[in-house]
Amino acid sequence: MNSTRAKPCPLLHLDNVTIRFGGLTAVSSVSASLGDNELTGLIGPNGAGKTTVFNMITGVYAPTEGAIHFQNKSVTGLKPFAITERGIARTFQNIRLFSSLSVFDNVRVAFHLHVTQNTAHSLTRGPKFRAEERDITDQTRALLDIFQLTRVQDEPAKSLPYGDQRRLEIVRALATRPKLLLLDEPAAGMNPAEKVELMKLIRFIREKFQLSILLVEHDMKVVMGICERIHVLEYGRKIAEGTPAEIRQHPAVVAAYLGKEITH
Amino acid sequence: MIEFLQQLINGISLGAIYALIALGYTMVYGVLRFINFAHSDVFMLGAFVGYYAVKKLGVPVGGLAGGLLVLCLAMSICAIVGILIERLAYRPLRSRPTLSVLITAIGVSLLLQNLGQSVFGANPKAFPRLFPETNLHLGQLSITSNQLLVIAVSLVLLAGLHFIVHRTKTGTAMRALSFNATASSLVGINNDRIISFTFGLGSALAGAGGILYAMNYPSIDPLMGTMPGLKAFVAAVLGGVGSLPGAALGGLLIGLIETFVAGTGWSTYRDAVAFAILILILLLRPAGLLGKSRSDKV
Amino acid sequence: MLPRSQIVLLISLITAGIISASSSRIDDYILDVILGIGINIILAVSLNLINGFTGQFSLGHAGFMAVGAYAAGTLTTGPGKVWFDASGASPALLFPFVLFAGGLTAAVVGLAVGAPSLRLKGDYLAIVTLGFGEIIKVILQNIEWLGGSRGMVGIPSYTSFFWCFGAAAVTIYAAWALVNSTLGRGFLAVADDEIAAEAMGLNTTRYKIIAFVTGAFFAGIAGGLYAHLKGYISPAGFDFNKSIEIVVMVILGGMGRHVGVVIAVVLLTVLSEKLRDFGDKRMIVYSALLILLMLTRPQGLFTWKPARKAITG
Repeated sequence: MNSTRAKPCPLLHLDNVTIRFGGLTAVSSVSASLGDNELTGLIGPNGAGKTTVFNMITGVYAPTEGAIHFQNKSVTGLKPFAITERGIARTFQNIRLFSSLSVFDNVRVAFHLHVTQNTAHSLTRGPKFRAEERDITDQTRALLDIFQLTRVQDEPAKSLPYGDQRRLEIVRALATRPKLLLLDEPAAGMNPAEKVELMKLIRFIREKFQLSILLVEHDMKVVMGICERIHVLEYGRKIAEGTPAEIRQHPAVVAAYLGKEITH
Repeated sequence: MIEFLQQLINGISLGAIYALIALGYTMVYGVLRFINFAHSDVFMLGAFVGYYAVKKLGVPVGGLAGGLLVLCLAMSICAIVGILIERLAYRPLRSRPTLSVLITAIGVSLLLQNLGQSVFGANPKAFPRLFPETNLHLGQLSITSNQLLVIAVSLVLLAGLHFIVHRTKTGTAMRALSFNATASSLVGINNDRIISFTFGLGSALAGAGGILYAMNYPSIDPLMGTMPGLKAFVAAVLGGVGSLPGAALGGLLIGLIETFVAGTGWSTYRDAVAFAILILILLLRPAGLLGKSRSDKV
Repeated sequence: MLPRSQIVLLISLITAGIISASSSRIDDYILDVILGIGINIILAVSLNLINGFTGQFSLGHAGFMAVGAYAAGTLTTGPGKVWFDASGASPALLFPFVLFAGGLTAAVVGLAVGAPSLRLKGDYLAIVTLGFGEIIKVILQNIEWLGGSRGMVGIPSYTSFFWCFGAAAVTIYAAWALVNSTLGRGFLAVADDEIAAEAMGLNTTRYKIIAFVTGAFFAGIAGGLYAHLKGYISPAGFDFNKSIEIVVMVILGGMGRHVGVVIAVVLLTVLSEKLRDFGDKRMIVYSALLILLMLTRPQGLFTWKPARKAITG
């Protein structure tokens, strides 16, 4: 039941994406589409190729075959920074903050995509430059406010507790104003209570910022709990796609996760 | 044609020395992922050990045995110095960013050079004759016995290194460590011991290189390591940093290219050639000729 | 209304002018040391932009200084002297343009060296810049009309207190202004975590090149000032040891700090004057200090604050 729903204008479209490392085919002709304002999950057993797909979308690896389109334009083989410029932001499985910078600057850095200033403006510091810098500062403050990080804004990022670091990384990604947010195992290392908080947070972000979210996640409870559509990978191939209810019943998925709990 | 063969032999014997030094850079890079700037000064030290062994200790030279004794002495002392440098200056910084280690390595290099200038004196010294010297004439071709000796000793050392790295337990551990340090410690390899061993091995080769270099360029001074060291590093990059056959090949190529450039009208630029090659390599094939490109894990 | 940083710059320039006007009353030797400090401040602050703020390890700063020194010297002493004299303008008026030309030449060379090597991660930049320093030396030694290995002599002494410290003030201002802007936060991000910076949409290579070329530009200015202070330059004067000297100043001052670096420059320049009698022992102390520093205080001597606060304006 490989139902690739034909959508009129998907936000992100993977078209038969394949990647080989030496002789090993890590991901084999995976196709998938993501719509606007959708919350999608990408799941699969360990080593199924989830993170590799994630890394191809974000430009860390270029696919050996196939194409990736974002907003109807090819982003295949672009560098990570160019992908982010196009409107895809990400977080990292093992949090990568700018650990020595303050919480405030971690977020403020991300606004560089939306400024008009250049090197000469930084030197002359005219009224327009200063207005823009003030504007960035205000927007950073507002963003930190929304996520209750204001009280720690001057702390170096590395001094935050784990949960706050995860949150800060998401806030930083949001500051690039993405249309698609990719979260790489956001629930890793969280206790059940924190996971519930995280699910709330993800839903909140989608509503507040009107964007699509793609979640790569191990934790079934989280994925089943919030995603509207789920793609399942196994051994580098896509074995299923559907709503959480469909996925739960799907024979191939049940076989792949045999002996594991996929319902909650 | 004769001219060409003559240059070829000169180039090979110079290249063999570069190869010996380049191997030390590559081995250290393999296990610790940083450029050991002090390596070129260990090479210098090797030459001075040879000098003092003859002048002060009175090791009888002129025969094959005496020369080899001096060679072994230089290699052992350099190995000890190499191990000490790692132990005292680099090991305390193991968990720090590469930049700190790199700067420390530069500090060690400068310290050795300047200590050398104050202990050995800054003036160039004539290097004593270690081995019996004759000139072999093959037609118009003239080969000194020293050149042959350099090539022979280098080949023996390369074979020895190959044996150690591929046929002994310690060598296997070295390769495991350079492949993945965490995994190697998990399977019970004592990483610290292997790193010490690697420094010792690399420094011994540099010491041998110092003796061989001094034999062909009869005057030595405390700053003599800088240029051959830099060129050997370029050789390591050319061959692919971390690859032992690459370092040997790179050394040989740099030696040959430099010798042939020196033979043309551009001889004053001979020292610049290696760096021009370096920049070209970085542009065209950053992983080097025999190296594998590695990317950061995200 | 000017921003506060520019008012500070203006006051510094005026002060430099006032001191310069009465500099004839300062003892010649002391003035020489003081001007040396000014030049070293330019060198260290500009290298700090590359090494400290952007985290790229360059070992060829003396090479860019050499390019600037020779370019400026060519204009006032070498073949360019013809135009320099023909222009009829007073040398004092033309000197800033000469310095600027020196800086610009160094910046162009910086672009040529940096563009290929800054694309690569790891220690390659250190090696390429080190190699570049050597190549520059060899090339200069081989250019006869620049004096070859004998060097360039008879350079007029246009470097006054005003030009020296005026340029130092501008360098500090420029480094400060760049770092405290959206662009400069990009530098800091690149230094902190390159992969995360890419993920934030920062073209890391571009940021590294901007920092590198800007640093080379100011090193070139310092070179021009040096040439017109000493009156004599030779390729050997811009060797690896000079580059290391600048690196030590930056590290001692605490990489990525402006004030600390300036203090370190003053301290080290004075110290190295005091150690001058010891000859080569000076470098032993220097290198031992460097190792000791890295082992005990890798964050520099003058670093207290753990993180930067949010600054605007």
